[in-house]
This record gives sequence, C-alpha cells and structure tokens, in this order.
Amino acid sequence: MANKVLMKGNEAIAEAAMIAGCRHYFGYPITPQSELPAYLAKHMPKRNGVFLQAESEVAAINMVYGSGGTGVRVMTSSSSPGISLKQEGISYIACAEVPCLIVNVVRGGPGLGNIAPAQCDYFQAVKGGGHGDYKLVVLSPSSVQEMADFTVLAFDLADKYRTPVMLLSDGYLGQMMEPVEMPDASNIKKYDKPWATTGAVGRHQNLISSIHLVPEDMEKHIHHLYEKYAEIEKNELIYEEYQCADAEYVMVAYGITARICKTACVMAREQGIKLGLLRPKTLWPFPKQPLAKLAGSKNVKGFIAVELSTGQMIEDVKLSVNGVKPVEFFGRTGGVVPSPNEVLLNVKKLFSLK
Amino acid sequence: MNDKEKLLEEVKTMKKVASRPKCLTDRVFHYCPGCTHGVVHRLVAETIDELGIQEKTIGVAPVGCSVFAYWYFDTDFSQAAHGRAPAVATGIKRSVPGSVVFTYQGDGDLAAIGTAEIIHAANRGEKITVIFINNAIYGMTGGQMAPTSLINQKTQTSPYGRDSETMGYPIRVSEMLSGLEGVKYLSRVAVDTPANIIKAKAAIKKAFETQLTGTGFSMVEVLSICPTDWGLNVADSKKWLKENMIPYYPLQEFKAPKAEEAKGGE
Amino acid sequence: MNKNECKFPLNLVIAGFGGQGVLLAGKLIAEAGLHEGREVSWIPSYGPEMRGGTANCTVIISDSEIGSPVVENPDVLVIMNRPSMDKFLPSLKKDGVCIYNKSLIEGFKPRSDVKMVAVPASDLAVQMGSTKLLNMVLVGSFMANSKAFSEASLAYALKKSISAKHQDLIPLNEKAIDEGAKFIA
Ligand SMILES: Cc1ncc(C[n+]2csc(CCOP(=O)(O)OP(=O)(O)O)c2C)c(N)n1
Repeated sequence: MANKVLMKGNEAIAEAAMIAGCRHYFGYPITPQSELPAYLAKHMPKRNGVFLQAESEVAAINMVYGSGGTGVRVMTSSSSPGISLKQEGISYIACAEVPCLIVNVVRGGPGLGNIAPAQCDYFQAVKGGGHGDYKLVVLSPSSVQEMADFTVLAFDLADKYRTPVMLLSDGYLGQMMEPVEMPDASNIKKYDKPWATTGAVGRHQNLISSIHLVPEDMEKHIHHLYEKYAEIEKNELIYEEYQCADAEYVMVAYGITARICKTACVMAREQGIKLGLLRPKTLWPFPKQPLAKLAGSKNVKGFIAVELSTGQMIEDVKLSVNGVKPVEFFGRTGGVVPSPNEVLLNVKKLFSLK
Repeated sequence: MNDKEKLLEEVKTMKKVASRPKCLTDRVFHYCPGCTHGVVHRLVAETIDELGIQEKTIGVAPVGCSVFAYWYFDTDFSQAAHGRAPAVATGIKRSVPGSVVFTYQGDGDLAAIGTAEIIHAANRGEKITVIFINNAIYGMTGGQMAPTSLINQKTQTSPYGRDSETMGYPIRVSEMLSGLEGVKYLSRVAVDTPANIIKAKAAIKKAFETQLTGTGFSMVEVLSICPTDWGLNVADSKKWLKENMIPYYPLQEFKAPKAEEAKGGE
Repeated sequence: MNKNECKFPLNLVIAGFGGQGVLLAGKLIAEAGLHEGREVSWIPSYGPEMRGGTANCTVIISDSEIGSPVVENPDVLVIMNRPSMDKFLPSLKKDGVCIYNKSLIEGFKPRSDVKMVAVPASDLAVQMGSTKLLNMVLVGSFMANSKAFSEASLAYALKKSISAKHQDLIPLNEKAIDEGAKFIA
C-alpha cells in the first residue's frame, strides 16, 4: 500500500503524463476536467515543462499539432464541447501523422448540455469526429488506476504508430478519487523520430503536412494510414471478460458504466442469473473477435449494450455479433447514471428473466 | 408591537422611490454573494425599461457565470456557444432589423475564445450592444486565468502568478476595439462604488441609444468583482478592483456618437 | 457477527452545505481506509450546486475490488444540514445508521427502521472555538460508530490531508475527532 496515493482521475492523468515524459501541455479550461490543467500548471514549471492556457480549444489543438510535429511528447485535454472544436485539428493531426494524446472527460450533451458524466461522444471518438478517412486509437479507462496506466500506454502507442490517441473518460472518472500506484518511469520507451521538424541540420527538409492535391496521392496516403490501422487492430486490442465463461447473458460496457455493470453481475449471480460482462479497454480497435466468439458459444443467449447514451457502441456490438444472437440495449443519457440495480432490472426485463 | 411589526408599519407610510425594473423577473439571482453580475443585470434592465424597448429586445447569453441571464431578463433570449455571442447576435439583428440586440459576455468568453467574433462584429459596425464584464478571471469554471488577469495575479492556471514572459499581458479590449471604424459607442466603467455604478448606468444607456440610432456597434466594458474566485471578501474585492484594475484599465469613454448623430432616429 | 467489527463493503454518503467540509470529511475517511490496506473510492457531487448550495460525496471502503462507485442505498449517512436529511434519509438502507448534526437539524421525521445517531456537532465545534470543526466531530462519531478504521489510521489521514501550511491545526482537529467519538456510546 505504501506507494498507493489517493488521487482524482484528472490528476492521475496529469501525473502519469509527466512520468511518460510529456513536458508540453496546451489546453483551454472546461469542467469537469479542470483538475488536470490545474495540476500541470502547478507541476510542469517544476519539471521544466511547458503549460500553456490557449485562447481557445481551436488554438490549443493546433499548438499540439505544431509541438507534436517537432517530436516531443505533447497532450491536450478537454470535455465534450471543447473536443468538438478540436475536431478540425484532430483531422489534420491524423493525416499528418503527429503523435499526441487527446483526453476527453465526457459530459452530457449535445450543445452546452451539462457537466455530469456521459458517454455520448462515442461516435465522435471512434468513428472519426473530424472530416476524412482516419481513425483514432481510443482508450477507455474505468478506474483512476487505469487513468494513469492508459495515459502511459497512450503516449507509447502514439509514438509507436505515429498517430493521435484519445483517452475517452467521463466526468465521474475525472472527479473520483481512488488509490493509484503511479507507473514506473524506468519502463517508458523512447522512440526515434527522424521525421520531426527540428531544423534541417545535415539532412533534407522534414515536412508535417496534410495536403495531397492529386487524388491518387491522397488515396495512397490514406492506404498507408489504413495499413497502419490494420497493424494496430492486430496488435493493440485490449479488453476484459468478467464472469463470461458460463454466462448466458453478456453485457457490453466500457468506462464507468462497466463498473456499474460489474456490480450488477455480482447481484445477478446472487439471484441465480448467469450474467457476464465484456469490457472493451480499447474502443478502437473494438473487440470484434472476442464478441463474435462469445456469440458463437452455446451458453450465450443474448447481449446487452449498456451505455450512458441513447445507444452508440451498440452498433459495434451488433456488427461484431453479426446477427448470431440478439443484442439489446439499456442506457441513461444526458448525464444521468443508472444504479447497478437499475441495470439489472432492465437486463431482466429485456430478456424476460425472473 | 415588536420591532419588526413597527418597521412594517413604517414601511407602509414610506414613499416608493425605487422598484424592481419591469423587465427583470422575480427570480433570485444564482450568483455568489457579492458578485456584481446582478448589479449590471439591473442596470441593463433599467435601461430597457427607460427606453421602452422590452418587447423588441433580444438578448444573447454567453457561456460563463451569466449563462442563465435569460432567467432574469423578461425579453427574448438566445444562448450562444462559448465566445460566439457576437456572431449569434449578428444573425439575429440581420434577420430582425427592427430589434434591439445585446450580448452579455465575460472576459473569457469575449476576450479569449471569442476574440475573432467580437473584433469582426465591431469592425462590421454591427448594430448590436455588447455588455462586457471584465472580472479578470474565469468565474464559472472555478478561477482560471483570463486574458484580462493582471500581471502576478494568482489563479488556478497561473498558480505562481501571471508571468508576462510565458502568459503574455492583460488584454485591453476597449483600447483595441477603439481603433475600428464600425465602433460608434465605447466606454469602460466600473461597479465598485455607488458613484461608479451611476456612471455605468449612463454608459449602458448611451450604448443602447447608439444602437437605436442605427449608426453602428456599441460596447460597454464593466470592471467587476469575483469575490469567490479572487478569494477575497466583498470589501477587499472592491478595494482590489480600485487599486489594481482601474490603474491598468482606466475608466473612460473612448467613443461616442456626435450630438447630431445621436439625435437621428432609427 | 461480532458487534465490534465493521462489515465491508461499507457504503457511506456524507452531505451538507457547501463550506461545511463535506468533501474533506469524505477524503479523510477514504485515506484512513486506504491506510488499512482496503480498497476505497470517493466521488463528489460536483457542478453548479457547489456554490453555496448542498454538497455531498460517496465513500466506499471495501475488502475487494469496488464495482460501482455510485450507491443507491448507503449503509451509513453522515448528515450536516436539514436539506440533506430530507434528501438522503429515505435512501438509507434498512437497519442502516444515520449520524447527524443535531445542532442544525430539527423537526424532521426520523425513520424507525434505521439507527438515528444525534450528535450536537455544531455546538461542540463552537465550544472548541470554531464551527469549522463540525466535520471533524462527525468524522469522529462515524469512526467510533462504524469501527471502519483505527484512530491511528485517521490521525495519519489527517496529517496527510491537511496542507503543510496548516499542520499547526492538527491538534485542534484531533480534539474535535475525539469529542465526536466520545459521543458514541
Ligand atoms: C467550447 C467551450 N470551451 C470551454 C468551456 C468552459 N467554460 C465555461 S464558462 C468559461 C469561461 C467563463 O469565464 P468568463 O467568460 O470570464 O465569464 P465569468 O464566468 O467570469 O462571468 C469556460 C472556459 C465551454 N463551455 N465551452
């Protein structure tokens, strides 16, 4: 226990980012992620890092574009409305292959909405968000410990594949305190970045750009990106199965919702219902094969996607299950978070269980 | 009769010299104790009453502590995205030219994320009125540095004080806008003392009158206090405003329509 | 079950006015639980209601991995003001414990299927020199009632949670905790 400290999720990301070697942060204030920039404003100067509060999210993401292009580890964070503003920049960053971390501490939307926890930005994170043919690696922590661990992982994946990575969190994970053991700095891997715009000393020009005027060139570049994405799908998928071995019904849930579902699983077992949970830790890549496999298993009678939205991830669940078994949905939205009991009642209702 | 009853009797015989402006609703302000948003709301409401424009006024609420301004003003309202109020106001005014359109914006909203919108609305001489609350901090989000925060001012995102080397200098928005041709009325006031509040009221009224003449853009910058996020009590906040803000942001009328312009009808 | 032992997981909601030290009280309890090697989670109410309105936080102390950090029916309530009593008492689990600040909470309808523990916390705090100690009094009562952790663990948590600048206030806070604990038979 000695090295476990009680921390807010937002602070855990900030501390882990510095451990991962991030010394550049550009952002703009927004609730419920304010503890993250506040922490970095305090600690970056002590570690010779740059903390810059930009005039807007639009500026902040373009600072990330410039900074990441020079090869340093860089991040930004925001919450839903701010992430919307960042989409143009994210599209440029994806195309120009600039490694960086973007944290979204999701809140209730659309519009100004509210500051309560939500998962309504799944489509935006996983299906593009900005314009054009691209993907983000999307990591979904479900505890304060994972807020820290996935931050380190995100920087690694970003550098390894020269790609932007998003940490998709929510207001509860950002605000809650749990014990966390900070990742070990000595395990941080460093990557060569011969492509970075650091000044062309003894070499040809390096260029960070997203313009490909000739359609054939653009197509070739997009194919290059998608080859990379295929590698990521092959190598980097992570997920957790909980009480799935003998499950008759499998919930699919991520982030804070997965924890609520875990408690619902325990309650279900007490009532003799064989309920399991599949929790994607990467939302892209999505655990298609594991779900397909569960769908093919004799025990499993059906799936239920549980989300803090009106149903977004369920589309990926359906694509994975591919009609083999029924896929139902339960969700609360607008910042409302269901209790484990509410989840269980709805599972029972949807599958007519006693 | 006890003291309270005596007082109530006395009140009955008193002459009413002030009352709640007609276009201010009965709703209790949600602002923190000591916050001056409420004072400025009242000044705007009095102006709308005095000019008899309640029915044609359309307000635009920002994202900031005054996001719920429409709870208090009994006029039509639109709620804009963070910083975009001048663009939303432009859309309204161009669609309903006979309306009186005002935005009510904080310094994060207007001077950070909304810099482009305010400059271009002003430069187009958009016939709207902007009430700009400069409290040198981001109130709603819990006290981060604003573009208007003073040098050495400690905030959540400048914990060691604002350093011009890395965070630049406090922006003087009114000085910046005063050079634009489209701007017809522009003034900086404060609401720290009764005397200044009276002056602030006069400026706000002139700004709305300028809009009514149809000549161009009008704005009043109001130096305000934020005791909660400044971490000071109300008296000390007012003192801080006087001793720190006014020297850097001098109170003055930058621009006003010439007498003959001001007379012209709509 | 041994009456002197705490049953885990323990789900606790602390509620009161913003400014009564609700969140710090919760943090102390979570820190003390962590110090004893338990799993803990702390989740605040956050948002516009923070300013001047009511505040609450949920703390879970557990022997095993904590699932949902949100709790529908807590085992224990620590209530500092009347609006919070009205809001949270109905949610308390049957046979649960409601520890409340008797000094500020009157005229409500108590429940007979739970244990109501009245502590004149504000009065005790004022006697010790500051109303601000009220949260510490109630933390002391919670500790003595729940036996969720030892006094030593709470002392450790207190030291850790109070900033370097205010370490001189620790003895007074400890005294307030003691007073609150003494109140529990
Ligand atoms: C796109 C976007 N970015 C950030 C925010 C978060 N936000 C809400 S209010 C605010 C600033 C408030 O400060 P100010 O404009 O000075 O007004 P005050 O609250 O002080 O009156 C910010 C950054 C948001 N709602 N939307």
